[in-house]
Amino acid sequence: MLRILVVEDSASMRSFVRNALESDTRTSAGVDVVEASSGFEALRLLPRGPYDLVITDINMPDINGLELISFIRKSESHKATPVLIISTQSSERDRARGLSLGANGYLIKPFSQEALQTEVWRFLPRGIAHAKPHG
Amino acid sequence: MAELSDKAREEFFSEAQEIIETLSRNLLSLDSAIKAGISDPSLINEAFRAVHTLKGLAGLFGAARLGALSHRLEDVLDDLRLGRVELGQDVLDVLFGAVEAYTRILQAEKADSDEELDVEQLFVELERIGAGATEHQSPVADYELDPGLLAVLTEYEEHRLRANIALQMQLYRLRVQFDLSTIDKVLEEMKERAKRHGEIITYLPTGEATSADTIELDLLMASRDDLATLIGSLGADHVVIEEIPRRARRSHPATMPPRRPTALGRADSVGMQPDLERGGLEQAASLRSLTQTVRVDIRKLDHLMNIVGELAIVRSAFGRVAEKLRGEGQRKLAAELQRLHRNFDRRLGEMQDGILEVRMVPLGQVFDRLARVVRQISREVGKEIRLVITGAETEIDKLIVEELSDPLMHMIRNAIDHGIEAGQGRVEVGKPLAGTIALNAFQKGNHVMIEVEDDGRGIDLARLTEKAITLGKLTRSEAQEMSRDEVLALIFLPGLSTRESADDVSGRGVGMDIVKTNISKLGGVIDVHSESGIGTKMTITLPITLAIVSALLIQAGQHTLAIPLSSVSEAIAFEETAVRLVDGREVITLRGQTLPLCRLDRLMALETAPYSASRRRFVVVAALGQRRLGLVVDFLYGQEDIVIKPLGKSLSAVRGFAGATELGDQRVGLVLDAAGLIEEVLAGIEAPRTLERASG
Repeated sequence: MLRILVVEDSASMRSFVRNALESDTRTSAGVDVVEASSGFEALRLLPRGPYDLVITDINMPDINGLELISFIRKSESHKATPVLIISTQSSERDRARGLSLGANGYLIKPFSQEALQTEVWRFLPRGIAHAKPHG
Repeated sequence: MAELSDKAREEFFSEAQEIIETLSRNLLSLDSAIKAGISDPSLINEAFRAVHTLKGLAGLFGAARLGALSHRLEDVLDDLRLGRVELGQDVLDVLFGAVEAYTRILQAEKADSDEELDVEQLFVELERIGAGATEHQSPVADYELDPGLLAVLTEYEEHRLRANIALQMQLYRLRVQFDLSTIDKVLEEMKERAKRHGEIITYLPTGEATSADTIELDLLMASRDDLATLIGSLGADHVVIEEIPRRARRSHPATMPPRRPTALGRADSVGMQPDLERGGLEQAASLRSLTQTVRVDIRKLDHLMNIVGELAIVRSAFGRVAEKLRGEGQRKLAAELQRLHRNFDRRLGEMQDGILEVRMVPLGQVFDRLARVVRQISREVGKEIRLVITGAETEIDKLIVEELSDPLMHMIRNAIDHGIEAGQGRVEVGKPLAGTIALNAFQKGNHVMIEVEDDGRGIDLARLTEKAITLGKLTRSEAQEMSRDEVLALIFLPGLSTRESADDVSGRGVGMDIVKTNISKLGGVIDVHSESGIGTKMTITLPITLAIVSALLIQAGQHTLAIPLSSVSEAIAFEETAVRLVDGREVITLRGQTLPLCRLDRLMALETAPYSASRRRFVVVAALGQRRLGLVVDFLYGQEDIVIKPLGKSLSAVRGFAGATELGDQRVGLVLDAAGLIEEVLAGIEAPRTLERASG
């Protein structure tokens, strides 16, 4: 079972991402999508990991996405977890900062479900990604 | 996008609506802040974030018009929050215009309509604001800031840092240890206290000294106050505050790193290792429960309410069986069943209350929108208006709130346009320059009262009467006999409250008659009081919910019917001998006033026993605002809470019925639409005549 942490303050956006991830037919192992509606919630949920991937927005109140990425990269248990940024076109500077802080990729909102699935696929552990459906 | 379900779209619309409401509230707060000479940058940033989110969502859900507006608005808000554009009243006007445009666009999107919405002018104005943007930056190099900290600031946070430095604020670092389970609450309290001293620019998790249950954050704060003051106000066991030193001017770049906090050296920290031993199921379960609110389609609640209604029928059956057992001498069994019945009754009541509570939303939702309207109209017509709102927290059924917005808006438009005098006119009569509109809401039993009160010139009774006569609604002699309240009630007649000239504000062809119709559709009534030169007060009385209605069960002919209590003013014994004929219509006199009668059994062509003067019957007085109608019925059963179900499609056009309900004994009864019935029956009579005083 893949575990993906989605950090995003918009409920509709979280649902969209969840739907895209859950409807991806390539994941025979299934996906456990854990949603965090703020940076704080993400901090609370991280110790309950490990996660195979963290997808995060940048512009969030209090703890922003950049701070979250920085924290993940500093943390012993999560520093190897891939991080995908989802942000809007206008946040170019912030996106660049995110990548320099160690994020592994980004998607510009809005994006299609397929685009998200393709992007996510790059980061997943090969063993799971290539697993064939059972029986 | 085709792959998106209706459910996802619904969720999108509902979130978009919430975002627009948040934006509107932010702008209103900004408006008052500017007027009070206060600057609160976080408000602009919140507005920016709202639009930013909306833009992302609009793209996702293919809402192009919403996206186009959000895109332009976001640019302007970005300039504002990053200090590239000054926020003044003119800019705020354009932003309020954008909120209006959002509302129209969202409605069109919801209705799936491609209607052209005129937003070009707004776009031009947004463009104009953006063109005035100027860049200026203050140096951050003056402070010994940790480069690691600077790297994680978003563009906005960096701007706030520079802005604070430019204002000669002192920077502080607060290292705070939070318990993960209480972080939200503790942090909110801390933010609230910090606000008094300055601005928190960012929150950075340190990644140090954290166990599985705690987390350490560095808060970067800018303040005018000195360290001692901050420690006195914000200091605590788990908070270490230190000043970030300014670099000495013209000196070598400092080599000294920011001072480390000493008081809180949690050397034995265990890092962020997940505690798997202790974790297990308990933690997995709590993981799911972090989000505490859900959005629910109101139809689902309606469905639950229907089930409660059906359970109520089961409950009554219990009662009847218990009665029957008692009648057959099974006292012990009957008593036991009675106990169960009472218990069931109590639980069902709790369940009903619970569902009703979920449907309730504060009236503040619609009041916020009205505040915007007041602001806009007052600027359009050049009258200064003070809006005073009380009781915004009063709760009412969600469906009613949705339908209230238009009627209230028209009432407020009327008040500003016709009621409140122009500035000079007010001063001349010794009133303050600014007109006041009070919007008061409060609960009264099972009803919510909403008052819209202005301190304007009041309704001109003579002019109103003249107009009614000109329009042929009443004769001069009728007019002379009318009481003050009856004349005031004329404003609810079609064509009476609309202005002759179609002006900018309320000359939109919507009169108080429409307002009244809309209110009565919600089961409410509207009354008006006005004093010449002092002002006008309109009072709307609404049921708290549409889901459950208290009704009077009556018998007419062989049929049991329900009349919603909200439209019943009283029930009296009926004397056949008291009936008089006025213009061929049956009336009785009730406390000096003529009350037109309607024999329900005849009206509905129900088979019935022939009338005889000796049979004891009743008159139920139905009232809609100030119009009243006496319904002659055969028997009064009493009051019961009912759930009204809609009639099928084929019967929906039949006037006089609001729907059907299940009665306790498995039978279906019709629910009278008292408002519709009054309209229908009184339609044949010229409206003022129903208000006529008894001549005898």
